[in-house]
Amino acid sequence: MTHAPHTEAAQHAADAAADHASGVFPPFDPTYFSSQLFWLAISFIALYIALDRFILPKIKTTIEDRRDRIADDLDAAAQAKADAEAAGQAYEKALAEARSKAHGIAAQTRKALDAEIAKETAEVEAELAAKQEASEAAIRKAKDKAFAEVRGIAATATASVVEALAGVEVSEADAGKTVDTLIKSKGA
Amino acid sequence: MADTNPIKQFEVHELVPFEAFGLNLAFTNSSFFMVLTTVLTIVLFSLAMSSRALVPNRSQSVAEIIYGFVADMLRSSAGAEGLRFFPFVFTLFIFILVANMLGMFPYFPAPGAHSFTVTSHLIVTVALAMLVWLTVIIYGVFKNGPKFLKLFVPSGVPIYILPFVTLIEVISFISRPISHSVRLFANMLAGHILLKVFAGFIVMLGAGLGAGGYLLGIFPFAMTLGLTALEFLVAFLQAYVFAVLTCIYLSDALHPGH
Repeated sequence: MTHAPHTEAAQHAADAAADHASGVFPPFDPTYFSSQLFWLAISFIALYIALDRFILPKIKTTIEDRRDRIADDLDAAAQAKADAEAAGQAYEKALAEARSKAHGIAAQTRKALDAEIAKETAEVEAELAAKQEASEAAIRKAKDKAFAEVRGIAATATASVVEALAGVEVSEADAGKTVDTLIKSKGA
Repeated sequence: MADTNPIKQFEVHELVPFEAFGLNLAFTNSSFFMVLTTVLTIVLFSLAMSSRALVPNRSQSVAEIIYGFVADMLRSSAGAEGLRFFPFVFTLFIFILVANMLGMFPYFPAPGAHSFTVTSHLIVTVALAMLVWLTVIIYGVFKNGPKFLKLFVPSGVPIYILPFVTLIEVISFISRPISHSVRLFANMLAGHILLKVFAGFIVMLGAGLGAGGYLLGIFPFAMTLGLTALEFLVAFLQAYVFAVLTCIYLSDALHPGH
């Protein structure tokens, strides 16, 4: 374009003259329409090809990879959580089993001890019972013996008393019978 | 003294003359910014995606966010089938966005030392809009056959106003590339003129009033600052609007039955 003269007025005059010379407002100047269309086509098509072939697929795969990766990570996290829960359940189960086993062992031990105690008690009781039996038998024997002796003494004493008082001789056998009768009536 | 003509920034300069088939195909500053847009987009995206990390760094995050942004835009207006047009819509969006953003540099290491907004030329936005419009027609007819004409005959309209509605639908369809292209072009053109006008006031005040004028220049400077922020928003928004409208039009090609 023409170089601007030094004063505003002159410059505007020059510009007006230039505009008048080219005839039109630059954006409507058809001189360069073909050139602009030609270079626009080249630039636009080149940009379209570059974006369509290289850049947009790159952005697309990057975004998709990220989305897949996030989905995978979420899946892995869910899997890990499930595993942790399963492990927790297994632990709970093991704990419950151990507890019930311990319970069983305690019960068994208690039972065994009870049985032993019962056995020993029974043994001791049997022993004591046997001892008591033996003692009682000895006492009974002694008592019977004593009784037998008392009867003899009583019969002899009765015969002696009857003879001394009534002067009637009583056989020892009769006296014995009487004593027996008396003992029986007294005992009854 | 800086040039205060707000129209000068839209001029196309020939850098490398080139002619073929009787057409002027010269490499111009406009061509420079088109090629730069493509190269910069490819380089930045390639760098951003070079590590392809599982946990993205900042640039990779931005690349992925843009990808998701365009994909969601397309999916929400044209459905999952619309994703076949994803590279097309993405290219349109990123090309317009980067071209608009490159235009926001006041000075640029480019021929002429000033930036050039590719989308501030009607021929460029018309070409892009026609590309979308023809894609809709060609794909719509290819996919739906005569059923594509259902686009112009909405269902559930009383028969006595149907011809009228159909006429309106046809006109609205034909005017699509016009509104589609003019919206982007006019926004970029008006924004850049406005920026240059306010920035020019600073220079004019300084030239007219000397040091005091430059002091007063703080007001147009503040205005320029605010407008620059606004223009960044517009640069993004117009790329977005262009892409969204493209998605909606493509949706018609996929589902013409309304």
